[in-house]
This record gives sequence, structure tokens and C-alpha cells, in this order.
Amino acid sequence: MMRPTNTWFAEKLGDHGIYTQYMEDHHPAHMPCLEIRLLDWQQAAEIALRLEMRLVAVWATEGGCHDQPDSMFAYMGLAHPEHRHVLLRTQLGRERREIASISRHYIAACRMERHMQDMLGITVSDIPDGRRWIKHEHWPEDALPLRSEFAATTRMAQAEGSYPYVSSNSEAVCQIAVGPVHAGIIEPGHFRFLTVGEMILNMEERLGYVHKGIEKAMCGKTAAAGIRLAARISGDASVGHSWAFAHACEYAAGIRPPRRASYLRGILCERERMANHIGDIGAICNDAAFSFMHAQMQRLREDMARMHKQLFGHRLLMDTLIPGGVSIDLDQRGCRLLSEQTRMLAAEVEHLRTIYADHPSIQQRVIGSGIVSVNEARDIGLLGYVGRASGNYADERIEEAYPPYNELEVHVPQGRHGDVATRVWARFEEIADSARMIIRLLEQLPEGAVSNAWQAPEAGTSGFSAVESWRGEIACWLRFGDHGLIDRFFVRDPSVINWLGLELAVRDVPVPDFPLNNKSFNCSYSGNDL
Amino acid sequence: MSSILIQIIQALLLLLLAPLATGFVSTCKARLQNRRGAGLLQPWRNLRKLFVKEVVIASHASWLFRTAPYVVFTATAIAASVVPAMLVDTPLSLTADVIALVALLALARFFLALAGMDIGTAFGGMGASREMTFAALAEPAMLMSIFVLSLSAHSTNLTTMITHTIHTSFALHPSLAFAMVAMLMVAVAENGRIPVDNPTTHLELTMIHEAMILEYSGRHLALMEWASMIKLMLFATLIIDLFMPWGMAMQATPAALAIALGLWLLKLAGLLLALALAETALAKLRLFEVPEYLSGAFIIAFLGLLSYYMLEAGV
Repeated sequence: MMRPTNTWFAEKLGDHGIYTQYMEDHHPAHMPCLEIRLLDWQQAAEIALRLEMRLVAVWATEGGCHDQPDSMFAYMGLAHPEHRHVLLRTQLGRERREIASISRHYIAACRMERHMQDMLGITVSDIPDGRRWIKHEHWPEDALPLRSEFAATTRMAQAEGSYPYVSSNSEAVCQIAVGPVHAGIIEPGHFRFLTVGEMILNMEERLGYVHKGIEKAMCGKTAAAGIRLAARISGDASVGHSWAFAHACEYAAGIRPPRRASYLRGILCERERMANHIGDIGAICNDAAFSFMHAQMQRLREDMARMHKQLFGHRLLMDTLIPGGVSIDLDQRGCRLLSEQTRMLAAEVEHLRTIYADHPSIQQRVIGSGIVSVNEARDIGLLGYVGRASGNYADERIEEAYPPYNELEVHVPQGRHGDVATRVWARFEEIADSARMIIRLLEQLPEGAVSNAWQAPEAGTSGFSAVESWRGEIACWLRFGDHGLIDRFFVRDPSVINWLGLELAVRDVPVPDFPLNNKSFNCSYSGNDL
Repeated sequence: MSSILIQIIQALLLLLLAPLATGFVSTCKARLQNRRGAGLLQPWRNLRKLFVKEVVIASHASWLFRTAPYVVFTATAIAASVVPAMLVDTPLSLTADVIALVALLALARFFLALAGMDIGTAFGGMGASREMTFAALAEPAMLMSIFVLSLSAHSTNLTTMITHTIHTSFALHPSLAFAMVAMLMVAVAENGRIPVDNPTTHLELTMIHEAMILEYSGRHLALMEWASMIKLMLFATLIIDLFMPWGMAMQATPAALAIALGLWLLKLAGLLLALALAETALAKLRLFEVPEYLSGAFIIAFLGLLSYYMLEAGV
């Protein structure tokens, strides 16, 4: 089913006198890319906000083959629950690499704009927070890693500098610095707390410690090699990221995976969702020292990982997706094993859920802790289970309804309280729903091939995709260059947006409740830092 | 002469069995969670490992940081050695005053908190501030609970109190029940166990006791860890002494001592098992609920005191 071109937003912009031009070499048609003038950039964001659109991402890139090589473009991705995604593109001035900030309209844009400043040297005027973000202070100021003249192997001198944290002059306010090295084995991130006694006044995140240069590393790779890298953007969401990448490639090339491949992708993605939610619920309980749940959930998660190793060759399901389809297949026995285990898991999780619900001591910890209100969640555009706990129900499996979800009914849990308990509740609901969908997909698994031949599109073609990973919507954009190699790449992990929610959630929360809240969000550091 | 020997054996037993007791609790917990666990001897292995590891000390650490582990360990070990485990009347029994015991523990705590702040990290200070806040509430509750017993024994000396309890015929004393509940609650808090503190956590921001010793390593850390294991043993033995001393040896005869040792180990295992059960069934309290928990313990002890005057004083 090919959707008609989405012209709704272009018409709306036209009503406000913003001239848009439809880009022919961007795919898919139902998520069009509209070229607008640079001076309309901020106003377009304002109109989008008034139309109740959600910001997906803001990014910038250098020009490709069809465009002048020394030109630079900024992109803005927007989504509306009824009208699908739309991209806006504008060309930056040749002399002045400058663009107006849209952070006043979309608060989540700020860190992405800081990323643009850091990596491409674009000046974002009117930005409310112009500090460096991913590029830490020890990078030289003039190093612009995403520019084409910057070789990935460049060795740089270490620069001196310091990061101006939000601070307080009051004597009653204490600063607590946590990380990036933690007492446990977790990803690195720095949290700066301003506290009054044991209450958190403000928490500021400092990320970027796991910056690996993925956007740069993707340039020059074939789609087949690129998807292996995409699977490693954030190891716990390897299927989500591979799928987003595969979709972007397939849209650009006009290839559609066979129906069986879509079903298998759906099974893998939902299994990944289950495994992560199960592991996280245990970890949340463990942070409140309720280790019984942790031990049980760890056991179930391990069972899943072993089954994945047995059936798909990788515990975390890496490299199971390829552009054009999947690299694995399920025989009769595999289907039976997977279906049996999924049923067993769902039943065990339901049982553990009653234990969790029947223990007042754990309930007392999670209920009412770390509240993100519905309004705050909407302003940020929180995604995934975090959004679903706070009245933001964006779900690409419904909005985009890409196969196999166009043939399935997805139940999105609709919470409103926005506390840790609601986030855990949303995860429990999703586990049950994923199990139901996996069994459905396995029962109706169509026969046929598992992949279609991959054929790279011509140079200059770009593709955009939005996929619902277990954490929430992953947005992926890429452009192909000569010889079928990827020319430019951008990916927005849901964590980029959800990290902001955590900063809000822990205001007026006691310091020892922070780990509990952090775990209930469980944002990816790697996916954020790229 | 032989009583001195028994005194020494008793003290050594407490010190040496302390890691086993901790291992016993974690093994019980593991079994309750359907895990195999690392075994009874794991705390011993950890200590052995720590004793041979090199000590890493922050460059701006003062003498306080270096000496604190020795002070903490010595104070706790002395406190443990005055608590009778098998033989009621030992040479140290004159010093076995409960108030002195609480003071010894307070001394250890004082140095622990100073050491936590000495390095100047946020966590050390945070842990020290939490520890002292809770100590200010836990100590009165503990003393109040002991006073309930002292009232009928007319003494705060442990030996006198135990002898008194053994010699009075068994009867249901509501005041004792109150005092015991309060004492159990305080013991959990004082030892940094769930639901007050989690000794196995890796989350710096939630720690109390662990936050203060976060900067320690090598033999310093081993002494600190060992001291906290001894403290757990001490509290368990103290609860046995005060509330269920039956079977303790009044004379130093081999038969009596053997029975006393066996019963002591049995009671100890019972108490530790109860701790493991509670730790499995409970999550940690919110930090701001810990003061409520401790004032609860104080009030329960106080009720014990009242009920003693109302129901038992004239009997």
C-alpha cells in the first residue's frame, strides 16, 4: 500500500505565506521533504507548534552531489498523529553559516542545535543555551568533525577549558557531582545536582562521554556495512536502530522487504522490547533494594537472550536485519520454541507483577516519585513508555503503521500520572502486548523469501524513517552518494528527547530517589552521544 | 584463670564468626530469591583479598583518614568482646555496662563519619550527614529499649541483667515484647540493613554506610568491612543476651559451655534468618521515612517503659 504524498503541512505553510518546494529526490512520499527559505525557518516551527505537531529532530548536513558541494542545509523533522511526518529543509547562507534557533518553540531542539554548533560550526542565533554539548571542552574550538574536510583519523591537541554548569550563589545550596565514572558498571554520564539538604533543586546532565563518531563513521559505508554499525548505536536497541536504518535505506532505494521479512522484523523488535522491559523492571526494583524482583527478572531476561542466541545467533539480536529483509529465518521448530517461550514469559511476568503490586514497601517507593506532568511531557515531546506514562501517546507503530503493524492491532498503554509507578505500569502493559503480538505474528507468519535483492539508489537520493523501538521513536535520515555508498547520516535516538524529561522529573525529589527515577527512564547514553 | 581463657575464646569467636554470619545472611537471601549465592565463606574470601591488596589513598587525605579504620575496628571489637555470648559472668563483666557499649559504638561511628568527610567528596559528606542524623534518633531508642530491662534488673550491667532474666521464672512480660521490637528495629538501622540502608548497593546517591567508606581500599577497607560484620554479630548477640538468654552458662563447666555455645549459634541463626526474610520481603524506605521509622522504635520502647510501670512494677 503506497500512501499518497502528504501535502497537508505544505498547504498550511502556504496559508501563512511560506513558500515550500517539494523535493523529488527524497523518499518516502508520505513523509515528504519540503524546502523552505532560511528566513521562514523560525516561523515554520511556530506554525508547526500551533498545529500541535511534535518535533522529531533538528539536524544539519553538508550539501551532496546534486547540490553545490560547499552548501549546507538544516533539516527539521515534524510529526502529527494524523498527518504523518514531514521534513523541512533550508539552505544556509554561503558566507554566514547561521540559522535561527527554534528552541523557543520546541525545547527539545536546543541540544540538537548545540550538536549542530559543535559538529558543523553552524552559528545558531537566538539559542537559549549556547554551551557546547557533545564536543567537550578538551576538543579544540576549530575542530568541526562532521565537515567533510575533517578526516576521521585526525589527531587533535588537547584543549583546556571548563564547562559552565548551572550554579547557585546561595550558601544553603550544595553541589553534588556524580559520574561519569560510577560505582556500578553502567554507561558514563555526569550528573550535577544542586541540592538543599536532601532535596534536589536542579539536576543537570552532562553527556557525550561515549561519543564514538557514528555519524562520521557511517559516511562512505555501503548499506550492508552500515546496518552493522547501526545495530551498534545503542546495544540494547539493536533491532530498533537496524530497522530504522533499513527503512531509511529501503525508502531511498524504493525497495520493499518481503512480507515474511516484515513479520520477522516485527517479532525481533517485540522480543527486544520484552527483554528490555523485563530487565528494566527488575533493575528498578533493585534500585529500591527489592532484589527479589531483580533476580527473577534477570533470570527471564537471560532465558530470552539464550533463546535469541540459539535461534538467531546473537543474544542481543545484532545483525539480524539487512537492507531489503532479514538475514535469519525461522523454521517450524523455531516458531514453536519462540511461541512457547513467549507464552511462558508473559505468564511469569504477570505472576511477578502481582508480587510487585502486593508489596506495599516497593509500591510506596514508586508511587508519586519523579512526576512529569502531562503539559511538561507535551512541551518536550517525550517518547516511548516515558511519554505514555505522562499522557503523550506517540507510537510509530500506529502513526506510521509500517508493516507488519498495519496488519496488527497495537494497544498503547495510556497513563497520565507520570511517576515511576506509571512508567513501570506502562512497561508491564507493553510486555503483555508485545507477547500477544509475537504470538500473533508467529501464527500468521507468511511463507516466502526473507529478503529482496538490495540495489543502492542513485547518488543524491535521501531517505527518512521513523520506527518505534522499545525506547520510543527512532528517527533516521540518510543520503546516498556515488557508488551506492552512504554520503550523510543522521539518527535521533529517543533518549535525546527523553533525557530532558529526567531533568524535570527529579526536581523536588530526594537525592536517594534519583537512581530509581533514572532507571525508570533508562535513557541510552550511547544513543545520545553517538 | 579458665574464665579469662573463656573470655578470650568468646571474643575471638565473635570476631571470627562475624564474616560467616554475614555470609549466612546473604546465602539465605540468595536462596530466598531462588539464587545459589556465593556461599558462606565469601565474606572471608573478600576480607582476605582486601588484606593483600594495596592501599590507595587520596593525596589530600589527613591522618584521620588513615587512622579511622583502626579506631573503628578496635572500638567495635572491644564492644563485641564485652558482650557475653556463652558464659554470663566473665572477667570483663564489670565493664560490660550497656551505656559503655553504646558509647563505644558511638566512638566508632564518630570516627567513621569524620573519615567520610575527610576526603571532601560529595558522597562521603552525604553519607556522614545521613549517618549522624539517623544515629541521633537510633541511640536514644536503643537506650530506651535497654532501660526497660534495666528497670526490673536494677542495673545497666549486662551480666546482672542476664542473671536477673535467667533467674526470674518465665512469664509473659508485655514490656519485654515492646523493648524487643524496638531493639530489633534499631539493630536493623544501626547495621545499615534493608529497609534503612542497602549494604549491597552500587548506587552512590542512595548509600549511607557505604558512602562513608567509598574512598577506602585494601586493608583499610577490610577493617571497615570487618568492623561492620562484627557489629551485626554484636547486635544479634546483644538481642539474645537481653531477651532470650536461656541456656547461657552460669559456671564455666565444659558441659554448660557446650550447651551454651550450641544454643547461642542456634539463636543466632534464627535471628539472621529472620533478617534475611525481612530483607527479601521489604524494599528500602524513602530517606525521609527513616526518621519516622526510628522515632517509631523510640515510641515502642517508651510504651514498653510505660507498660512496665502499669502492669509489672508492683508484681
